[in-house]
Amino acid sequence: MSDVVEKTLSALPGLFDSQTGAARITSRLRQLVKSITELTSKNEEESLIKQELSSMKEQVSSPNTSMMREIMVRAMYCEMLGYDASFTYIHAIKLAQQGGVLEKRVGYLAVSLFLNEGHELLLLLVNTVLKDLQSTNVIEAYMALTVVAQVFPKDMIPAVLPLLEDKLSYPKEIIRRKAVLALYKFYLIAPNQVQHIHAKFRKALCDRDPGVMTSSLHIYLQLITESPDDYKDLTGSFVTILKQVVGGKLPVDFNYHNVPAPWLQIQLLRILSLLGKEDRSTSELMYEVLDESLRRAEMNHNITYAILYECVKAIYTIHPKAELLEKAARCIGNFVLSPKINLRYLGLKALTYVVQHDAKLALQHQMTIIECLDHTDFTIKRETLELLFRITNAQNVTVIVEKMLDFLHGCSDEHTIIHLVGKVAELAEKFAPDNSWFIQTMNDVFSTGGDLLQQDVPNNFLRLLAEGSESKEEDDQLRLYAVNSYLTVLKGDASHLPQRFLQVMSWVLGEYAHLQESVDQREVIRLLTQLLDQRSVSSETRVWILSALTKISEGQTDLILDLAESLSSSQDTVLRQQAQELRQLSQDSQLYEWVLPRGAPWDSMEVDSSLSFLDGFVSEALAAGAAPYKPPHQRQEELCEDRALNLEPYSFSLPVSLSSCSITDRQSPTLLSVSSGLSGNSTELSQKAGSSTLILEGVKRVWGRDGYLRQNETTAPPVDEPSAAVQPSGQQEAAERLEPQPEPSTQNQDKLQLASSLFVGLGAGSSMSLLGKSEAPPPRFRKKPRPHESSSSSSSGTSERSSDSSSRSSHSTTDSFLYGSLLEEEPATSISAFSHTPKSSTANGLAQNKDTKEDRRANTSQILGGDMVIVRPNTFQDKHPSLVSSDLTALLPADLKDLPHSDVISLTSDPSLSLSSCRLFRDEALLLVILISNCTETVIKDVAVQLTCEELETASLRGNVMNCLEGNSTSVCHYALLMDEPHTNVSFTGTVSYQTQPGHTNTLSFSGTLSAADFIRPLVVSTEEYGKLWLSLSHDVKQNLKLLTDASDPLRTTLNALKDALQLHVVDIIGSEGIVACRLLSGAPCLLHCRVNGAALAMWLRSPHPALPDCILYHCQRALAQH
Amino acid sequence: MQFMLLFSRQGKLRLQKWYVPLSDKEKKKITRELVQTVLARKPKMCSFLEWRDLKIVYKRYASLYFCCAIEDQDNELITLEIIHRYVELLDKYFGSVCELDIIFNFEKAYFILDEFLLGGEAQETSKKNVLKAIEQADLLQENFSSQSPHNCLSTP
Repeated sequence: MSDVVEKTLSALPGLFDSQTGAARITSRLRQLVKSITELTSKNEEESLIKQELSSMKEQVSSPNTSMMREIMVRAMYCEMLGYDASFTYIHAIKLAQQGGVLEKRVGYLAVSLFLNEGHELLLLLVNTVLKDLQSTNVIEAYMALTVVAQVFPKDMIPAVLPLLEDKLSYPKEIIRRKAVLALYKFYLIAPNQVQHIHAKFRKALCDRDPGVMTSSLHIYLQLITESPDDYKDLTGSFVTILKQVVGGKLPVDFNYHNVPAPWLQIQLLRILSLLGKEDRSTSELMYEVLDESLRRAEMNHNITYAILYECVKAIYTIHPKAELLEKAARCIGNFVLSPKINLRYLGLKALTYVVQHDAKLALQHQMTIIECLDHTDFTIKRETLELLFRITNAQNVTVIVEKMLDFLHGCSDEHTIIHLVGKVAELAEKFAPDNSWFIQTMNDVFSTGGDLLQQDVPNNFLRLLAEGSESKEEDDQLRLYAVNSYLTVLKGDASHLPQRFLQVMSWVLGEYAHLQESVDQREVIRLLTQLLDQRSVSSETRVWILSALTKISEGQTDLILDLAESLSSSQDTVLRQQAQELRQLSQDSQLYEWVLPRGAPWDSMEVDSSLSFLDGFVSEALAAGAAPYKPPHQRQEELCEDRALNLEPYSFSLPVSLSSCSITDRQSPTLLSVSSGLSGNSTELSQKAGSSTLILEGVKRVWGRDGYLRQNETTAPPVDEPSAAVQPSGQQEAAERLEPQPEPSTQNQDKLQLASSLFVGLGAGSSMSLLGKSEAPPPRFRKKPRPHESSSSSSSGTSERSSDSSSRSSHSTTDSFLYGSLLEEEPATSISAFSHTPKSSTANGLAQNKDTKEDRRANTSQILGGDMVIVRPNTFQDKHPSLVSSDLTALLPADLKDLPHSDVISLTSDPSLSLSSCRLFRDEALLLVILISNCTETVIKDVAVQLTCEELETASLRGNVMNCLEGNSTSVCHYALLMDEPHTNVSFTGTVSYQTQPGHTNTLSFSGTLSAADFIRPLVVSTEEYGKLWLSLSHDVKQNLKLLTDASDPLRTTLNALKDALQLHVVDIIGSEGIVACRLLSGAPCLLHCRVNGAALAMWLRSPHPALPDCILYHCQRALAQH
Repeated sequence: MQFMLLFSRQGKLRLQKWYVPLSDKEKKKITRELVQTVLARKPKMCSFLEWRDLKIVYKRYASLYFCCAIEDQDNELITLEIIHRYVELLDKYFGSVCELDIIFNFEKAYFILDEFLLGGEAQETSKKNVLKAIEQADLLQENFSSQSPHNCLSTP
């Protein structure tokens, strides 16, 4: 026990007599403390407290509240000693509820000490708090506020909130202050509950009492941290407040060691730095006050340094101003050079912060930094390493990493190790000067970091090895070096090595041992097998090792069979499974070659995620009566449907169970399914699971296309690296700086040497711009771009390619499809005389051809799902006023009549024949139907139609040749037209040759025009798909169009007009913006983004096809002009 | 601030205030670890300590260690001054405070702390105001003991 305590205990009676009120409460406590002090062992203390607690338990139900107060104090004491006095919690609440003010105070204190935010008993406190908040007694209200600001159940905030709001305008400032802090607490635990009272926070900020205003800054700091942009308007106010504080306008009460309100100043400086960050105009408002703060803080006291530190940070955070930066840099010098260790620590911290902006500052203080590096204080050392980490570049990396590793070897704190080891790995990967250094350093990292290591360190390392760089030769050298290094390690004593390291080694050996030709593979197998036998090796590692063995087992059947044999009786099912696989593979070299192809590059592995190779197996199983596979979501749905069984434990998710099974549960019926299914699973898993566990277990194909964990983007090196040419001057400068130093002792000389190696590359040569960073030299191990890292560019590429190919393939398939589906029917449909048609057409339900457009629209849209507009633009109406009787549409073949189509227009006629045409809109092509009517009574023979169009691909489907056409009858001839290249309008020409009399051939030529609108089809996509597609499209066109302003909703009206004119799909209309999609037949898409811009419609079109947007724009303009 | 601990040179906890919800088990573990770490440090070492993902700021006054846990972006020096201000307040209240005052009147030490820091943030930095508030409450306590009516402070 403390000497002081023992000495003073004799004087105790006097001490307590002097404190009248307190003495009464603490009489029992005094006894307790005294008796505990006299005890000598922990055991005695325990039994004494036990005794005390049980006596308290008896007294606790006593109605005497002053006794309760005393019991509470003792209970708090026991809890502080680490004993459980939870039986008193409820009594603490009772005391707060029932006692007088005196008891309340203790009761509330006990509650705030005993109960956590989430404690269920807190609910019982709510009523008491409500009552006290409404009390006319200030002390009661104030005690209630104190407890509310510390612990209050989140769910009950609404109950107490109105009362708190009232308290914000309470006359006494202490109440206002506590209310503000209580609201701050509420904001922290339930931000949305207090959203509506933000205005009141502003009132608190303007409070006449500095205490209340200071308290409100806590809320503002929080709010501004979350969204600085919303509070830029307050910058002026904060600056003014800070000016007043710095200028000593606050009451002297708020001074602390003659410094005006330092807490307030620091709070304001932090807020300002958040507001001024990356915001020039806001930063400009605060330059003056920051300068003033720097100037005023002159006194040599901790508190001024605290303010200075915050100032420096603010100056380096906001938009830079050269003059201020200079002052701040000088200020850092004061910190770093201070003999006081606390200030020095802060100086290092400040330097660490600012070297990101100006690496030269570190150069100025290099000697101090080196002293700190050898400091006896762990904290200082660590902060120095943090600083060095920030200034590492390709030239000083070896020295800095060496220092870090030295520190690590003597360090036992887990958090520090994990943290630093990660940094070493990062530096090694970024700046490694050569292979041997890199591998050695990583070996150190793995053996020091052990199994505490963040999982992404080994993952990144293996990824680096596997993916390699541009040059295969260099990669192989690195791999070879790794192999050699690991063989050496394994030949030594491997029992103490961490599991992670063993896993990395076995993976590398498995993959790359073959690169080392001078070492017998049998030796490698022997080393790995030896590892398997070691007791200290975990079962996870064994899986890695065995996978490695599988990969190098080729041709070593005897060794492998022995191994498989010995493992086949293993307790571990996974190992047994793997041993089984190993045996199978080693006996079947063909299978082996297929499963584990030698030397295949890591990205050439295609994972057959659909498991199509199992199709045969599955169909056999199905034939044998197996239940068909249901995807997880379907199973889940079925489970949900089955209400009776819808119990919590059944709601499983298959992907999770699958992936967790990927190692342990691999009793699949065939070996093949195991290996392939496994790799599929683990690929998925490693994508999903982040860095939790590496389930790769060394199976080669795991390093498939997407198989790697996405690497955490390492932060850009904070320090610029000078180019090689500049490097000597950097060194030189470092040397020059050191010259003025007086006669260095040998020890100093060492330091100087260290300095020159540490700070190389930070000199003037590395001309630092404050914001912009000059380009860093290429890191040694440049990673290949990952497939999905360049997703935006490649996806646009692929989408373009795929749309190209789809459009190409579409017309070839369309052709065949059209031929296939349509030509099966009889080659020419000859519909006999008109007089017959009405009957047959009514019989066929064709009466609607006389119906109004609306009816047809309704009818067809039913068929088409409502999205397609059937009434087609008739762009030639003006040119072809001769609208043919719509009776003719009745002649359309039954299989086509339901397609959206245009009106029938007359093309040409002569005394014998009359030609008209109709356009039908199929998804994949435009069908041009030419109706040939015999106007005479006599039979016309040998009718042949020929259609040509340069811009379109045409295919005659049927009916272009007829042997005879009866008098007064009509024949139909179909053409399928495809538009590959968008053209606004295209014309076609054609001829019909026929014989009215044998030997006398007449020719009738016709022509017509088609518009691109005929080839536009709606593209039905969701808003999300639209968004994705939009980003992937390259060609865009912008234009302002006429807005149809006559209607109430101009945008919708305009878009509907466009939709009617061109077959567009209106994807979504949000406010004044609409998105519309269409495509050219089934080929290239075109996306339209429309925004109401005053009286115009700003249209922005995007398409993979350069000409398509123009084309569509033209028709849109036309359609709107005609409207 | 995450929590504040006061402990003696012998490692006996004298006061603990937690501003973040933690289980009792965690609290005990943290206390044990921290007391050990801080006591192991030499007097000339700096008052700051990186511990887990927190910063520990501690200072020794006579036989008592005052120890605060703050987050990384917080200002260590001002925290040191918070400790100092708290000691000043205790000193003023008890009249040259010693460890015993805190042992035997620890609830008073809590009252003062609650008046100075609330919910982990500095609430009132004016020494005068803090002591005034405490004295008012104490006065009431005295009045109560002498059975005086309890609305003596209800009117400002």
